[in-house]
Amino acid sequence: MKKKRLWFRSALLAILVLAIGYTIYNSIYEESGTYISKGDSAPNFVLTDLDGNQVELEDYRGKGVFLNFWGTWCKPCEREMPFMQRQYEKYKEQGVEILAVNVSETNVSVKNFADRYRLSFPIPLDKQREVTKAYGIGPIPTTILIDKNGKVVDRTSDSLSEEKIISFMEKIKP
Amino acid sequence: MMQTITCECGHSNPYGTSLCQACGKPLTQDVEVLSSMRYEGSARRSQTYNKTFVDHVWNFFSSVKVGVWLIVIILVAAAIGTIFPQETFIPPNVDPATHYESEYGTLGLIYYLLGFHNLYGSWWFIILLGMLGLSIIVASLDRGIPLYKALKQQRVTRHDQFMKNQRLFSVSKDVEMEEVKYTLESLRYKVREENGNIFAEKGRFSRWGAYVNHVGLIIFLTGAMLRFFPGMYVDDILWVREGEKASIPGTATDEGQYYLENNEFILEMYDKEEKKFNSALSSVDGEVAKNYQSNVTLYKTKPDHTVGEDPELVKVKDGEIRVNEPFKFDSFALYQTDFKLNEFYKMSFELEEKESGKKFGKLTVDLHDPKQEYDLGNGYKVKIEEYFPNFILDEQNEPSTVNNLPDNPAFVFSMYSPETPKGEKAFVGIQKNIESGENQFKMSFAGIETKDLTALTVRKDHTLWIIALGGLIFMIGVTQGLYWNYRRIWIKQNQDEVWAAAHTNKNWYGLKKDVEFLSNKTSLIPLEEKE
Repeated sequence: MKKKRLWFRSALLAILVLAIGYTIYNSIYEESGTYISKGDSAPNFVLTDLDGNQVELEDYRGKGVFLNFWGTWCKPCEREMPFMQRQYEKYKEQGVEILAVNVSETNVSVKNFADRYRLSFPIPLDKQREVTKAYGIGPIPTTILIDKNGKVVDRTSDSLSEEKIISFMEKIKP
Repeated sequence: MMQTITCECGHSNPYGTSLCQACGKPLTQDVEVLSSMRYEGSARRSQTYNKTFVDHVWNFFSSVKVGVWLIVIILVAAAIGTIFPQETFIPPNVDPATHYESEYGTLGLIYYLLGFHNLYGSWWFIILLGMLGLSIIVASLDRGIPLYKALKQQRVTRHDQFMKNQRLFSVSKDVEMEEVKYTLESLRYKVREENGNIFAEKGRFSRWGAYVNHVGLIIFLTGAMLRFFPGMYVDDILWVREGEKASIPGTATDEGQYYLENNEFILEMYDKEEKKFNSALSSVDGEVAKNYQSNVTLYKTKPDHTVGEDPELVKVKDGEIRVNEPFKFDSFALYQTDFKLNEFYKMSFELEEKESGKKFGKLTVDLHDPKQEYDLGNGYKVKIEEYFPNFILDEQNEPSTVNNLPDNPAFVFSMYSPETPKGEKAFVGIQKNIESGENQFKMSFAGIETKDLTALTVRKDHTLWIIALGGLIFMIGVTQGLYWNYRRIWIKQNQDEVWAAAHTNKNWYGLKKDVEFLSNKTSLIPLEEKE
């Protein structure tokens, strides 16, 4: 009798704790939408870049990918662009690619911007913001570091210094 | 074996019982009969023993005091959550981490850090609700089950001490018991007899009201909890420009992703001139909206659609969305929520020679996809050097754009002609035309086209029926407990005397009317209220 009661009480408490725990887990997961962060595998996407080429993330398996989301109107994005370009030139041979996804802007704006900073890395254009949503991007710039196996190594929304970019490149160098 | 208390009537009661569940005799000296009647003097299960950790937790949540405190804390938290706007209502595209601090100062930062900006989704609020749910379940089980047993086990014949201590009591002589029984039955009491004694009861089911009510609450909370489970609930917003397609958030499955095309947004106003509405509308300033409507087409991609790629769309169906008339597909519904009229779409300019006023061709710039160069023929052409969709001068006084929405478009044009092969530059915006030096040509404004946008709420809710069911059961419980009450009358033959006592859990006025009627119809001495 006493034992039965203890079992009943324990079971009921356990069920409730599990239910609440699972709800909290889901709430954190949902809050960020499909927030892609450290440890997740990076969702594949296909976008057309400024030069009209199809850019598919999966094609970069085996390389580290420095995935940057930006806009021409965002000053912090603008600040980190020259640093990214300089480090891109150094790390390209070492197997690190930069994909700088532009969030829903016109070709003219992006092209003028890219020309001004002589950017040579691919600039995929996310006109419909689908990729931006799929990665749960809030404020820009946001940088996501993807290793050679397609796993997310780090994610940051800071405006990056050149030293920071170098340390990121080292992190995802295959 | 659990300790039990055996009453002199022979009934064996669980440890902690204050009134014998069969005859009602107080089992210890210091028992107050009347105040023990709330739970029939039965032992609250939690109070019986305090042994393991689980029992301690159980007993904590069994306390009504704890339950009330949980409700108070939840109420206060919910109230604090209304001080600053919730995250849903702050402008999109701002970072909440900085928004609350910049907008509301330190208090805003604290508000954000503690999770008040997204109260219903914050972990500690969910824990509080979970604890309240636990408290409801445990407290109900601990009281409901013993109460049910006690009411089921109660005997017709009650102990003298139990009778004497009731609020309504009288002692009579020479009472015709059959008459009493008949009168009580005519009042629709359920009458039981034992050794010439009578027990009459009415409305016992009203005692279950509180527990039915709690079951409803638990179902309600379960429904609310399920909203956080994947696939159960979607509440999102979708903006679509006229003539454009957009992917519908939350609708991606293995079978593909849904897209919606906005064919047209319609805003209709009532005609004030029309006789029918004339008198009603004459007192209203401005216009009164009659209809907000989006004509849409639903598409679906192939199952192997990759995010971002140009979708291969298959048309599913057409539809019209009006306020309160959603467009439904699968388990989704799209509701008309908002709109934006006349967003700039295309701007036209003419290349004009300033002195002669002669024009050398027209160009139309799509503000969402401008071309780099517009060839006007005969050696005349215009290049876009810079495009600022939402023009502003930044801190360094440089032309810049606030965002990518064409709310205030501005351009830097280069104008080429056979006479000016090197090109002349001009900054052109709305009501702005700034030249670099003395130009021979200018871009003259030649019209603007606009488009409307519609905003739709994307909603999927598999939890609504659970919440509605919980609410219904809750209301049934409330009604049960409030509109009925449990009235009991005991008549006991004590040698040559007849003792009568009565009790109800509420509405003493009603019970008094009943016993008054009873003593009028029989030779029973009217029951009197004890001081």
